[in-house]
Amino acid sequence: MNEPVLEVRGAVKRFGGAVALNGASLRLSTGEIHALLGENGAGKSTLLKALAGVHRLDEGEITLHGAVFEQGSTRRSREQGVAVIYQEPNLFPDLTLAENVFVGRQPRKAGRVDWATMKERSAELFDLLGVHLDPDRRAAGLSIADQQVVEIAKALSVDAQVIVMDEPTAALSAVEADRLMDVARRLRDRGAAVVFVSHRLDEVFSLCDRYTVMRDGATVGEATIAGSTPGQVVQLMVGRELTEFFPKAEAVIGATVLEVQHLTSRGVFEDISFTVRAGEIVGLAGLVGSGRSEVVRAVFGIDGYDAGRVLINGEPLNQGSPREALRRGVVLVPEDRRLQGLFMPASIDRNIAVTVLDKIRRRGLIHKRDERNVAQEWSQRLQLKHQGLGEPVDRLSGGNQQKVVLAKWLATNPKLLVIDEPTRGIDVGTKAEVHRLLGELASRGLAILMISSELPEVLGMADRVFVMREGSLMRELSRAEATQESIMLAATGQASVA
Amino acid sequence: MSVVTTTVSHSAVNRSGSSFLRRREVPVGAALLFVLVGTSLSNHRFLSSQGRTDLMLAAAITGMVAIGETFVLLMRKVDLSVGSTLGLAAYVAGSAIKDGGDGQLIKAFAVGIAVGLCVGLVNGLLIALLDLPALVVTLGTLYVVQGIQAKIVGGTRITADRLPGDFVSFGVDRFLGVPKLMWIVLVAGAIASVYLRHMRSGRDLYAVGSNPPASLLAGIPVRWRTLGAYMGCGACAGIAGVLFVARLGGVDANAGRGYELAVIAACVVGGVNIFGGSGTIIGALLGAMLLRSIGFSLSALSIPEFWQQAVNGALLLVAISADRIVTLRRERAERIGQR
Amino acid sequence: MKQLNRLQWDKFVPVLVMLTLLVGSFSNEKFLTTSNMTFLIQSIGEIMLIAFSMTFLIIAGEIDLSVSSTAALSSCTLGFVWQHTSNIPLAVLSALAVGFVCGAINGLLVTKLGLQSLAVTIGTLALYRGLCFALLGDNRLTPFPTSFTSLNFKGLFGTWVPYVVVPLVVFGVAFGVVLHATRLGRWVFAIGQSKDAARFVGISVQRTVLAMFITNGLMAGVAGVIYTIRFASARPDGAVGMELEVIAAALFAGVSIFGGVGTMWAVASSVAFLGSIRSLLRLKGANANELTIVTGSLLLVSVVIPAIGVRVSGRRHSRSPLRGALDPAPTGGADLGNRGTPDEPQVLARP
Repeated sequence: MNEPVLEVRGAVKRFGGAVALNGASLRLSTGEIHALLGENGAGKSTLLKALAGVHRLDEGEITLHGAVFEQGSTRRSREQGVAVIYQEPNLFPDLTLAENVFVGRQPRKAGRVDWATMKERSAELFDLLGVHLDPDRRAAGLSIADQQVVEIAKALSVDAQVIVMDEPTAALSAVEADRLMDVARRLRDRGAAVVFVSHRLDEVFSLCDRYTVMRDGATVGEATIAGSTPGQVVQLMVGRELTEFFPKAEAVIGATVLEVQHLTSRGVFEDISFTVRAGEIVGLAGLVGSGRSEVVRAVFGIDGYDAGRVLINGEPLNQGSPREALRRGVVLVPEDRRLQGLFMPASIDRNIAVTVLDKIRRRGLIHKRDERNVAQEWSQRLQLKHQGLGEPVDRLSGGNQQKVVLAKWLATNPKLLVIDEPTRGIDVGTKAEVHRLLGELASRGLAILMISSELPEVLGMADRVFVMREGSLMRELSRAEATQESIMLAATGQASVA
Repeated sequence: MSVVTTTVSHSAVNRSGSSFLRRREVPVGAALLFVLVGTSLSNHRFLSSQGRTDLMLAAAITGMVAIGETFVLLMRKVDLSVGSTLGLAAYVAGSAIKDGGDGQLIKAFAVGIAVGLCVGLVNGLLIALLDLPALVVTLGTLYVVQGIQAKIVGGTRITADRLPGDFVSFGVDRFLGVPKLMWIVLVAGAIASVYLRHMRSGRDLYAVGSNPPASLLAGIPVRWRTLGAYMGCGACAGIAGVLFVARLGGVDANAGRGYELAVIAACVVGGVNIFGGSGTIIGALLGAMLLRSIGFSLSALSIPEFWQQAVNGALLLVAISADRIVTLRRERAERIGQR
Repeated sequence: MKQLNRLQWDKFVPVLVMLTLLVGSFSNEKFLTTSNMTFLIQSIGEIMLIAFSMTFLIIAGEIDLSVSSTAALSSCTLGFVWQHTSNIPLAVLSALAVGFVCGAINGLLVTKLGLQSLAVTIGTLALYRGLCFALLGDNRLTPFPTSFTSLNFKGLFGTWVPYVVVPLVVFGVAFGVVLHATRLGRWVFAIGQSKDAARFVGISVQRTVLAMFITNGLMAGVAGVIYTIRFASARPDGAVGMELEVIAAALFAGVSIFGGVGTMWAVASSVAFLGSIRSLLRLKGANANELTIVTGSLLLVSVVIPAIGVRVSGRRHSRSPLRGALDPAPTGGADLGNRGTPDEPQVLARP
């Protein structure tokens, strides 16, 4: 039964100067569910993309049934029997589920698409997976959980022997996650090797047979679940030194700036209450999909909410108006830099000044020199590297882009800075600069609410940490209480056990 | 409360399996039927033999172009050059057979299709290979083709007396009570329908329009399909050009002007999503038929024909608004139903 | 190739106008005459007026195909009201009001229902045109007082410069200043570059888009009035196809159909350039058809060349993240160390 299927040895992958994989390995056998664990940035997704054919390894080798695995083509990956199911599936909303399963290779009879067979075979696959889905239904409006099932059916329809699920349960409710795990067990029982990426240790322990832990691009441990404890696994995952992060400087904690009371958006987050005071950095931790970004979007007015209220300096803030939030001194540095944070084709100065257009107007006209001065001032302050302020931001590196985003918001002189994943995807040096800057801003009396998936960042920076899980606030941890283990356990739903 | 009932009624519809009634063509067909029946009740000559023929002849040409436009719209693209292509094909095909003897029907169609394929090839190459925006490219070719047409036509025009007799009569003859021109459209529509419904490459058009990045991941040759769709669209406009000469027994420099928007309107009214991914040939043909019928109906009801355009426009707006509202409602019901 | 990308292109279009005038004056003595210039300016008046406001829409990522019908409807309304009230100011006001309403309908359908502007305005293109016929039937109205229509023949201050230059300059400057030097203009670019990011900086996207559609309708209304004066008549089939000429001119000027890019001076120059080319070719004996071919080809060329340019420069840029990553890591601590000095604390905590 348990023969080796796929083996990755000594995988190295560099993106420019950044090393994403640095000697990672992975061994999969038939009929097992294998957990791939590690913090964000540990290199899991790069490894998965190499299997999916999106990336090609710089060094190292992948073998499938002892033969060399052909890399670098998504199509070839699938043909060789490796299927990757992403957290956000890629279905065709206008096509039926049956056709989604077989798109591009519909069964044919006499040259014509054989709809009956296609429907029959997809119904069989859904049956096999133990789900009740109508193959004739269009994919539009399907829940994420069902979409993932369709993707899995797609993988089965080509007889994939290795099925990789990248955080499949992150966006699912408990019931849906249970069903998905049942599906995974069925796949295992049919002899497939299933790779299961998840941050929820409870799931991993109830579902998986073996696990591999990655850290900093390398594999640091591999063992059976039966012979391990959650504590050991967490230890392996986070065993990183904190020295590269700047601890926050001492700051005088002032009056409450933001108070969120019982904020609820049905089906998204429930009864969220917390405060942020001047001079304080509050961390909002939790897994991706736990509702952190949604809460801050609602606070800032991008999305609406159903109940509760938001107070700024004790005065209520109307919902649904980012404009008013800005006027009241609240800024939100969004999660997605390219889509939400920047106007990519526009120049650096335009990007920075867009938040302060009112201040650089004279008799209604924008004063170009003022615009340039604001941009100049902030780009110097943040040590922005550029070839002139007229340079379009899409030519800057990720770190420099993030500096433009920060400059644009800091230029408004906010009282409360909400920042979603401040250092995602930027190099270590710039990361340190950002941390230093945040600490300094707080010491000048700015209130900061920081969402971060990087635990060392949260631990290094935050005065207090709120941990969210599945749309609810699980715990408030003081700086003294917060450790990698305590946050991780609260975020993965094992707070009561710990 | 109302949300709950919506959800229930939805699943009830699902269970009863009356998926036919939920098809997008049904309301269009119903509207068409309503217009036809309503008008003929108040004016008996409306659906007389001659009345039917006139209506079908008028709908045939728009319908023919709409078949081709459907290919392109399904892929989330657009072709504005179809009107000009129709005009050019009409003139070139007409010139090819003028002053000749009978029996040149095939030749006329071959020439018309060839002209259409050429324009389609240019559009397709620019759009598929250079990733240029379809709207801009086909607006450009609209002008170029229109100019070429007008230039080669010059002040001349082809009149019925210079066309072969059998060709002119082909334009008005009927077979089984239906004009031959309409038969051509019906056959072309049937072939296109089968292609879109039952051929893998036809299904690819839906996939590309439905989710372009995912179709690349699924290994669909998006560029080839785009090129093919534009060539198909051009060919249909070419055929329509030949039908145009046959029906009117002549062609001048203005042939085909303004067809592009009427055709897009017909497709959209017939349920072809302008965002791509959904729609059928039957819908597009019904849309063309409906728009034409309304025009004829207005004159049969002694309402000035001028209202036709206004009604067409309003109908298009109603169609897209209704589609949108239905979609929004369904999404809402599904979102809440999931929780 | 770098010279050919859009940023350079918009400065090149005004040069094209100069070149055309220069070449024209040498190659045909009738070209740079006052009478021809008068005619040339008159012939591009309506297109240019609408192109001004259309530029806003396209930069914001929207489009309005209904402008020709709106202009015609405004012209027909002018005729209709004049016919019934013999009150020119009232007639002109009604014409402008019609433009406003037409634009508002487009804008509301796009913003409130979330429909695609292309589909909506194809619909209203037909709808408004139909209303023209509904209003006037198949007739053309020519009973306008000569005091009104003679405006067309009077030069400014008795010179050859036609009166239409006044609205062209006034609106041109106004739209140009708003687009390039005001908050609203920055918002328009922002919306076209990323609607999402625009919301995050507090821009009311829907309201701005609605306002742009209304303005565009209003400008089409103004164009309708000028059209009526120029031809001394109101006809239901007037201005047919003008929408494509307006859009072609804007796109030729390098305004991106995907939004976020474009300049007002290039659009104004583009309309002037296309007008002069037509005028020149016409003087050289070309007929309308050859002019159409030229317009279409220019439009195609204007998108093909930047596309090739972007491909070439895009390949270069694709290496830039790598270049950034290869840079020595910034010595963050040292750099930021300066920042805490008392010289510049006001920046981080301005009152």
